[in-house]
Amino acid sequence: MMEWLAMGGYGGYVWGAYGVAVIAIGAECIALVRRRRRAFARARAEAEVNHGD
Amino acid sequence: MRWLYRYASPATFYPVAGALAPWFFVAAALLGAAGLYIGLIAAPTDFQQGDAYRIIYIHVPAAWMSMFIYVVMAAYGVLFLSLNTRLSAMMMSALAPTGAMFTFLALWTGALWGRPTWGAYWVWDARLTSELILLFLYLGFMALQAAIEDPRRADRAAALLAIVGVVNVPIIYFSVQWWNTLHQGASVSLTASPKMARIMLTGMLIMSLAAWLYAIGASLLRVRAIILEREAGAEWLQGHVDGKAR
Amino acid sequence: MEIRARHRRFAWIAAGIVALGVAAALVLNAFRSNLVFFYTPSQVFAEEAPKNRSFRIGGLVEPGSLARASGSVEVRFRVTDNARTVPVIYHGILPDLFKEGKGVVAQGALGADGIFVASQVLAKHDENYMPPEAEEALRKAGHPVKPREEFVDKARASVQK
Repeated sequence: MMEWLAMGGYGGYVWGAYGVAVIAIGAECIALVRRRRRAFARARAEAEVNHGD
Repeated sequence: MRWLYRYASPATFYPVAGALAPWFFVAAALLGAAGLYIGLIAAPTDFQQGDAYRIIYIHVPAAWMSMFIYVVMAAYGVLFLSLNTRLSAMMMSALAPTGAMFTFLALWTGALWGRPTWGAYWVWDARLTSELILLFLYLGFMALQAAIEDPRRADRAAALLAIVGVVNVPIIYFSVQWWNTLHQGASVSLTASPKMARIMLTGMLIMSLAAWLYAIGASLLRVRAIILEREAGAEWLQGHVDGKAR
Repeated sequence: MEIRARHRRFAWIAAGIVALGVAAALVLNAFRSNLVFFYTPSQVFAEEAPKNRSFRIGGLVEPGSLARASGSVEVRFRVTDNARTVPVIYHGILPDLFKEGKGVVAQGALGADGIFVASQVLAKHDENYMPPEAEEALRKAGHPVKPREEFVDKARASVQK
């Protein structure tokens, strides 16, 4: 396990690359969900104004 | 031609995108897990680079996607300018952030790969410089679109930028052949047999497929948000925004 | 509200101009000097390399040419494109992938004595990836993995034209 994490002495580079990839993709997904939530709330508010019942 | 216009309407595409997106994410996650297993565990170490070469399993898919997404974006730009379909402009905008993310990843992982192998995080060779220009093209595209208030005009300006900027993509791809670069040539190409061991190649292709499916899923979700943003108040949206926000 | 929206729009325009400006500057800079990332020994002998300023020399590390001075980090080796050869002297740590017979790019200046004094040495690895056992098997079978010499041949061809 430790040997695997060390990546033959290149651990810092390899995990630095994989770690930032996970963070970047995660950040994009979070941003996506938040943007969609905001847009949905706005669209619903507008729909209620237009066809208020 | 009529079917094209039918599917090119946001009202038709909104539910289709919503139904498709989760499947792309599931497939991307499964393939990504398989690719990571091959890349980090199953594949052997490399004869000259040791384990540092394992960065290839993110670097190459990210670099391929960064170029491919830009070309697709420019294609939507052409569609929008020629057919004036609103959905094309929305798809174009939906792709840009994902493309920028992959471009950043290609540069970042490349730097972390360059240091242990070449001896430098960054050099100003043609391949690296043109990929950096690609990042600025994506950022410029997004900034330009956000800067112009009238969405119609914003789309037209952004589409023009995307189309003009597409000349940079072949420059990136062929830079290692056209000029002396520190960056090595392509290991995988359409014209020559791959210069990689079978299992390494398999892992890299699986990761690339995963990245591709992820990009489709992410852009479908984003285009839904863009449709909501732009069509808010439209009659057809009524049925979609009733009930709970998901 | 109105003013804030206008401010935000101005910020986006500024960001766009900065991004495009940086892209344009990079393109111009690349076309001016950086497209020629390195010169091969043949180009140096053909006097194509810039005089009076530092440039990069690229080629293969000539097998058997690497010599380390004892008790210091000074290394000497020769860079070859299989036609011409330039001796290089360097004080510093070599990258992991620096090897005889493999690609190298060194930044520095050519001294009057014809020796290239390097301030930075980069390893140029090739595009072959395989496990060590496979490489050994190929070597034993008499088909060793060739380092990428095309880049050297290509540059040399452009000199001869």
